[in-house]
Amino acid sequence: MSVQEMMVLEALGSVAAGLLGALTGLGGGIVIVPMLTLLFHVDIRYAIGASLVSVIATSSGAAAAYVREGFTNVRVGMLLEVATTLGAILGAFIAGLVSTSVIATIFGVILLFSAYRAIRPPAEHVTNAPPDRLAARLRLNGSYPTPNGERRYTVRNVPAGFGLMGVAGTLSGLLGIGSGVVKVLAMDQAMGLPFKVSTTTSNFMIGVTAAASAGVYLHRGYIQPVIAVPVMLGVLAGALSGARILTGARTRHLRMIFNVVLIVIALEMLYKGVTGGI
Amino acid sequence: MGRPRRRWSEAELERWIGGLLRWGVVTAAAVAGCGALLFVAHHGSMPADFRTFHRVPAGLDSVHGVAAGARALDSLALVQLGLLLLLATPIARVALSLVGFALQRDRTYVAITAIVLALLLYSLLGPGV
Repeated sequence: MSVQEMMVLEALGSVAAGLLGALTGLGGGIVIVPMLTLLFHVDIRYAIGASLVSVIATSSGAAAAYVREGFTNVRVGMLLEVATTLGAILGAFIAGLVSTSVIATIFGVILLFSAYRAIRPPAEHVTNAPPDRLAARLRLNGSYPTPNGERRYTVRNVPAGFGLMGVAGTLSGLLGIGSGVVKVLAMDQAMGLPFKVSTTTSNFMIGVTAAASAGVYLHRGYIQPVIAVPVMLGVLAGALSGARILTGARTRHLRMIFNVVLIVIALEMLYKGVTGGI
Repeated sequence: MGRPRRRWSEAELERWIGGLLRWGVVTAAAVAGCGALLFVAHHGSMPADFRTFHRVPAGLDSVHGVAAGARALDSLALVQLGLLLLLATPIARVALSLVGFALQRDRTYVAITAIVLALLLYSLLGPGV
């Protein structure tokens, strides 16, 4: 295969990933590394570098639209970014120390977990817990728009959320993914933020987290422009058109297909990782 | 004190951040796309082999090297410049948030945002700089 053929095929695959990611709300970044390693037989280090770049592109593109809507909690996002950027830099360093098989195995486990969360989303909860002292001091409590006007919410378990965010950042730096699933877990489940606030704030943080590890990858020579550029442009095009046609689209079947895809590639990544095929 | 000075409202700042993110991504994609077209025009029929890992050539792995290569209109350096612009976009967003918190005289969050910005710049510019 020539370089130009590979770039075109890669771009087409990335458009599909971006489109599916946007339509299902699961993000396309998580399938980029498996696509590049399993389909194009690209070394997983190049794949992670390219994936990180695409994650920054989609997160920034989407955040441009979200910031205005009033769901994003900028203070929560900024505080937790201390944890995610530290974790991301740590994750990028760990990636340089462990073998590619270990990375592929961890990747498979995270894919399975993402599919599980997509099939069984956590129940929406109402927070009645007493407001947390630390959250009040850091002025994290906020409000968000609902059809019945602004609704206030309080934040709790700040240290636990901070710790989980460190884990999310480490995974992002190690695997080149946005780790939106773990970020939402930390904010929605641990800190008791409303679901919509968690998802938009998570998206707001993903680009910053990925930028922190992408710098380390750049200096280590993992960002291969020939592989990264079709992925970045493809995912961006797919995600943007996905967001356009999202309104009114019925995504139930798409989500199911995407979940099956996630499980299949998770098992293949696990198999390749454990047998040393990657 | 007299009349209250006009201060940046949060909505205004959010508009700025939204615009910054949008234009950052568009510019990055345009620069990287031009570099990619240039690369394909000159080297498109080369065989593709990325199975084994080799560090990308020196000059494509640092801000300094990419800037020098892009000035010489090297196609891969242009692609890399686009990717660097993309990387710089969330960093610029954090910097703008820092300005926003400073204008609100929110010292705690100025400090928190400064830590995030320092970590990002450390990662981008490298321990050597």
